[in-house]
Amino acid sequence: MSVLVFVENWDGRFKKLSFELVSYASKVAEMLGSGITAVSLGTVEDAELSKLAAYGASKVISAENDHFAFLDNQNYTSAIADVAIKENAKVVILSNNNMGKAIAPRIAVRLKAGLGAGVSRLPLSIDPFVVYKKVFSGNAFANLSIKSEVKVLTLAQNSFEIIEKPVPVVIEKLRVEAAENKTVVKDTQKQSGKILLTDAEIVVSGGRGMKSPDNWAPLVELAGILGAATACSRPVSDEGWRGHEEHTGQTGKIIAPNLYFAIGISGATQHLAGVSGSKYIVAINTDKDAPIFEAAQYGIVGDALKVLPKLVEAFREVKGK
Amino acid sequence: MNILVCISNVPDTTTKVKFIDEFKKLDTSGIQWVINPWDELSLTRALELKDDPSKGIQKVTVAHVGLAGSEPTIRKALAIGADDAIRVNAEPADGIFVAAQLAEVLKKEAYDIILCGIESSDYNGSMVGGMLAEFLDVPSVSSVSGINIENGGIDLTREIDGGKEVIVTGVPVVAIVQKGIAKEPRIAAMRGIMMARTKPIRVFEPSGSRPMTELLNYEKPKPRAACKYIDPENPKQLVELLQNEAKVI
Repeated sequence: MSVLVFVENWDGRFKKLSFELVSYASKVAEMLGSGITAVSLGTVEDAELSKLAAYGASKVISAENDHFAFLDNQNYTSAIADVAIKENAKVVILSNNNMGKAIAPRIAVRLKAGLGAGVSRLPLSIDPFVVYKKVFSGNAFANLSIKSEVKVLTLAQNSFEIIEKPVPVVIEKLRVEAAENKTVVKDTQKQSGKILLTDAEIVVSGGRGMKSPDNWAPLVELAGILGAATACSRPVSDEGWRGHEEHTGQTGKIIAPNLYFAIGISGATQHLAGVSGSKYIVAINTDKDAPIFEAAQYGIVGDALKVLPKLVEAFREVKGK
Repeated sequence: MNILVCISNVPDTTTKVKFIDEFKKLDTSGIQWVINPWDELSLTRALELKDDPSKGIQKVTVAHVGLAGSEPTIRKALAIGADDAIRVNAEPADGIFVAAQLAEVLKKEAYDIILCGIESSDYNGSMVGGMLAEFLDVPSVSSVSGINIENGGIDLTREIDGGKEVIVTGVPVVAIVQKGIAKEPRIAAMRGIMMARTKPIRVFEPSGSRPMTELLNYEKPKPRAACKYIDPENPKQLVELLQNEAKVI
């Protein structure tokens, strides 16, 4: 019996999310009194694979096939489900990011397992197996009982701390069979060097209160000083002031950074649905009755365009950039 | 080619949800029910493709798992422009149950492109599309922000971390779509509303599959501490609070 955790790699490397996921899986394994196996697909060097042992993964299976260079949901599902069966996994854990959303549902069906999607805490109990997850886009939470013998969970991003737990590791390299990908990637466009919104610990976000796309320079500057990603509200992306990849909110990106700056954003329910997982929210708005101040811990009532340059100055002083 | 759009019936996204029976049930009184926002965008894109004769789309069907009470939402989809509808007559107990029910119907009638929203705004499960594809043993592509048909081949744009990919695939395929798939949801015109009254909703009785999860009870988020206001003339105070109190910078 074991807990299996699928660890995605980005060009052969893991990131913070990977270690959060393994830390979570370790704790679930402790609750079950079972071992933990991590599975990686595609080419990842041993040195990188062994990093997972710092968070409790005592066995790492690296399954390789050239087709894994691109995500094909069916091939990924087959590879992970086969490992889950071989390892007699009772709980299979993935991230609730794009990758997890793509393959966890298929893996669940393949393993005849119930799926707890976007869980944000350790299971409340093991028998019955009860998980805690967001519902109604963050307006409520639910305790969900998973009744199947095998369970699949996806962990909400940035909802679990990294816990160091170094263990000796066995790395098993597996050359696996895979059919030709039926979904073929014919073109990839990637922006490099930008901090990903979903990875960022600090996010600086602008709304209609910024008044014009020409006013974004101090916001971008503030983000630069803080090592933050930039984001925006829906009207801003709909108007084309900023790209839609920056839109945070119910229908845009759902994020959970440690610190979120809502600058000139009134805080409609749909916007809050995308950012309510933030640990701290700073709101700057001219309207003292704007709903964003109900969600924020720190507020400044004032014109974003006048306050921003002062913030840039104040943060530059302490950050020394 | 025929397109199937799977739709979910959800509370209007501005609803302040309330619960009854010791937080075991959603209080449905006063709730406005709508088509799940991502499903509405999927339907819009499906109809845009059908409007262009060069794309070769004959029919757009919507499918829904729910009791008769959700028919107004199905009629709305028909009013927006879907040609016909399927309803599986069952309470949508959980994601795997809904996907299994849809799969049973799709074993009886074939569609080339099956569109599902990336999640529903009520249970945020992001699972029905992927599960449906697995039950049917057909390819699926998730995080789809664009779909086009060129010379009978299907191009899907998939959002990835820090960029996007263009994917080619054959049919049938399940595309699990998100923002970007269509700009604005299409709104029903009066003519559409009139026509929707006579469009067929075919009702299927559920097959024997069972849910695998049970929602035990709800919790409301803990109220956040009251906002601390900072003098706009003294932003240093904010820096200090973030450093020493919140400890996030």
